[in-house]
Amino acid sequence: MARKPKQKPTHDGKLLEIRDLKIEATVFPPGEDPRDVTIVHGVSLTLERGKVLGLIGESGAGKSTIGLSSMAYGRGGVRITGGEVVLNGRDILKAGKGGIRKIRGREVCYVAQSAAAAFNPAHKLMDQVVEATLEHGTATRAEAEKRAKALFRKLSLPDPDNIGNRYPHQVSGGQLQRVMTAMALCSEPDLIVFDEPTTALDVTTQIDVLAAIKDAIRDTGVAALYITHDLAVVAQVADEIMVLRHGRLVEWGGTRQIIKEPRQEYTNQLVSVHEIEHQEKAPGVSPVLSVKNVTASYGGSVKVLKDVSVDIFPGQTLAVVGESGSGKSTLARAITGLLPPSEGSITFAGRKLSNALRDRKREDLRELQMIYQMADVAMNPRQTVATIIGRPLEFYFNMRGRERDARVAELLDKIEMGKGFADRYPAELSGGQKQRVCIARALAAKPKLIICDEVTSALDPLVAHGILRLLLDLQAEEDVAYLFITHDLATVKSIADSIAVMYRGEVVRYGPKSQVLAPPFDAYTELLLSSVPEMEIGWLEKAIAGRRMESAGN
Amino acid sequence: MGSPILRLIAQRIALGVLLLFAVSVLIFVGTQILPGDVAQSILGQSATPEALANLRAELGLNEPAIVRYFQWLGGVLTGDLGTALTSRQDIATAIGGRLWNTLFLAFWAAIVSVPLAILLGLLAVRYRNGVIDKSISGFALASTSLPEFFIGYLLVFFFAVKLQWFPGISTVYDGMPFIERMRAIALPATALTLVVLAHMMRMTRAAILNVMQSAYVETAELKGLSQFDIIRRHAFPNAIAPIVNVVMLNLAFLVVGVVVVEVIFVYPGMGQYLVDHVTKRDVPVVQAVGLIFAAVYITLNMIADIAAILANPRLRHPK
Repeated sequence: MARKPKQKPTHDGKLLEIRDLKIEATVFPPGEDPRDVTIVHGVSLTLERGKVLGLIGESGAGKSTIGLSSMAYGRGGVRITGGEVVLNGRDILKAGKGGIRKIRGREVCYVAQSAAAAFNPAHKLMDQVVEATLEHGTATRAEAEKRAKALFRKLSLPDPDNIGNRYPHQVSGGQLQRVMTAMALCSEPDLIVFDEPTTALDVTTQIDVLAAIKDAIRDTGVAALYITHDLAVVAQVADEIMVLRHGRLVEWGGTRQIIKEPRQEYTNQLVSVHEIEHQEKAPGVSPVLSVKNVTASYGGSVKVLKDVSVDIFPGQTLAVVGESGSGKSTLARAITGLLPPSEGSITFAGRKLSNALRDRKREDLRELQMIYQMADVAMNPRQTVATIIGRPLEFYFNMRGRERDARVAELLDKIEMGKGFADRYPAELSGGQKQRVCIARALAAKPKLIICDEVTSALDPLVAHGILRLLLDLQAEEDVAYLFITHDLATVKSIADSIAVMYRGEVVRYGPKSQVLAPPFDAYTELLLSSVPEMEIGWLEKAIAGRRMESAGN
Repeated sequence: MGSPILRLIAQRIALGVLLLFAVSVLIFVGTQILPGDVAQSILGQSATPEALANLRAELGLNEPAIVRYFQWLGGVLTGDLGTALTSRQDIATAIGGRLWNTLFLAFWAAIVSVPLAILLGLLAVRYRNGVIDKSISGFALASTSLPEFFIGYLLVFFFAVKLQWFPGISTVYDGMPFIERMRAIALPATALTLVVLAHMMRMTRAAILNVMQSAYVETAELKGLSQFDIIRRHAFPNAIAPIVNVVMLNLAFLVVGVVVVEVIFVYPGMGQYLVDHVTKRDVPVVQAVGLIFAAVYITLNMIADIAAILANPRLRHPK
């Protein structure tokens, strides 16, 4: 593909140079006056043409903010207050509004984390894919559409000639992410900012999208900033990796150096494997929860759960694994009575539970608690931590006043947060702290079983690791059983005693952890296991090749 | 275009018809429980009991209410709205011309106010929190806060009395030249426009601002599109449903809520007709006008619902 003349050859092949970038934002803490905080403290980087730089760090590290600064864009009131962003030999921060508009969508394009939200639901995919190209007048509509179709083919989208006529809701999440990559490539930019492009996808889908992105980068020679919190993912695509923390540079080096010989302590923490050695417990005699032949559907004729049977023993953890749409969360809804099963029975602590939530006794509700993926929406933002944790104490045990406060303090202690947190509001807590408060709230009811629905998925790896450790400690102390729903197999290894693998509403593999994770595997479990990214350069190619052979062999 | 969307639309229409029947029952019952006796009010205090009894029999007031309801409904369905008690005129004929006048006024008020409101809403979003946004909002809010009769009299005072540009009394008659007719309705149409403008403008602004928070607007911004293109191409199509809803609500107001404005400008429309006959306790007229107002209201809201269904790409293009 011929490159555009606008790409004037610059000396030393530098495409992007960010010097001493400083970014600020105004925050509005509850009950205080708004104040300015610095999010990025003088970060510098250079990127050569056709190279991929991975930006990595936990949430709040400023990686997206830095990535977007290459488009002179500040998300949500964020302001670039210092430094230079030199793209193709000129400082784009000085380009003015019109000048920046000419750069966005032409020289730099953006691929967002959630393509489902980033596409306009009201327009056809093709219209959106070619929009930037037409806006900048770099090609006619016919040329742009031809280019888009070629890109759809390159990104192995099904029916590349016609998929553009569809609307965003008519294609799957993984396909949409690839269409978004095609959209970014369509105007033949010099640089693409990939902002966690595979984070929201299932592992089995992530691997395909990742391979498609990698091929597209290689074939078009575009440079990229690849933003993610997952080192194993970035190790597959990046030439260099930059580790960021709290808006400051921690370490910057070649991919091999970063993952093999990290020089900084923080990088080392990120790189080292965080598997918790968890000794599997043998199944007990009588299960605390027994799900027998449960079938359920959301009104229509489609069954979202088909003849599901699992047991959970006291003080043990059953992990339910599967990709989105496999029925994991629906199983939780059936157990809690939110979605009454149409067939089958649920026995809990020796008594049969009514199917519907409203027929259950208060004792049934108390002994079966739940923790959710999104801790911040699971708490009332206008209540303090003490009120949130104290509510089940009042509701189930009729505790008031000093007695309740003492118990709240005790629970806060259990989740390794001090008494000082009692008067805080959820908005003042970090993601990990919020999840801990949710755990304390569940524990307050003294349950026999806690359903944990993707409780670590929204957290940074190090924070998630802390939460898993806490859950295991609490299990040892309180003898509580967990039903642990997740799509992350690494988590499963750390916490489970038994595992149920779900696929399209059915349990396809079920048993003690050691058995489920040992060969011979069924095709689906094999696919799940082989799709978990490993921190090895070249893992992606190996995994894809392995998979192809597998599917050819079947 | 699949069957689900047709089914949804058919459902909405069926619901509208059902609602209209329910309203017809309410109107009928409502007018029945009003205190006073029609015969008495027609003949006056000095009527003899025999005359009253005769008139009641003649008007069919001695029949049970349910029989009278179905007689009335049957008449309505065949286009016979009954006879006005006071003037002994056929109601359908009397309403015909007046309904046309009301719709004429509402039409021109809508032609001015709807595009103006949406344009002002778009401008307010484009320059949000700036001087333009604040003056648009300020002006619009001020005009809604003033009651319509006050606006009406202000307009009359300045444009009819002081400047003498337009007539203060909006008399229209059959065969009136179009230009003359437009001159006559200029002031009432302006008054109506000022009343409905702010509501539509504020809702347009709010609906679009809501959409402007979404990720696809950021995508558009990062494609290098101009602010106005982003609003027009990406925000507006997704804000249509709430906008159509509020527009329809205001169009309904233009037809149904003109009563006060018509009275101020002595405009021979439905509103004035209704007010006249309420004071005369002319039940069949009140019932007929009430039913027509309800029909207009329900139809416009039904159109808003259908537009919202059609504006949703998920419904228009099922998987």
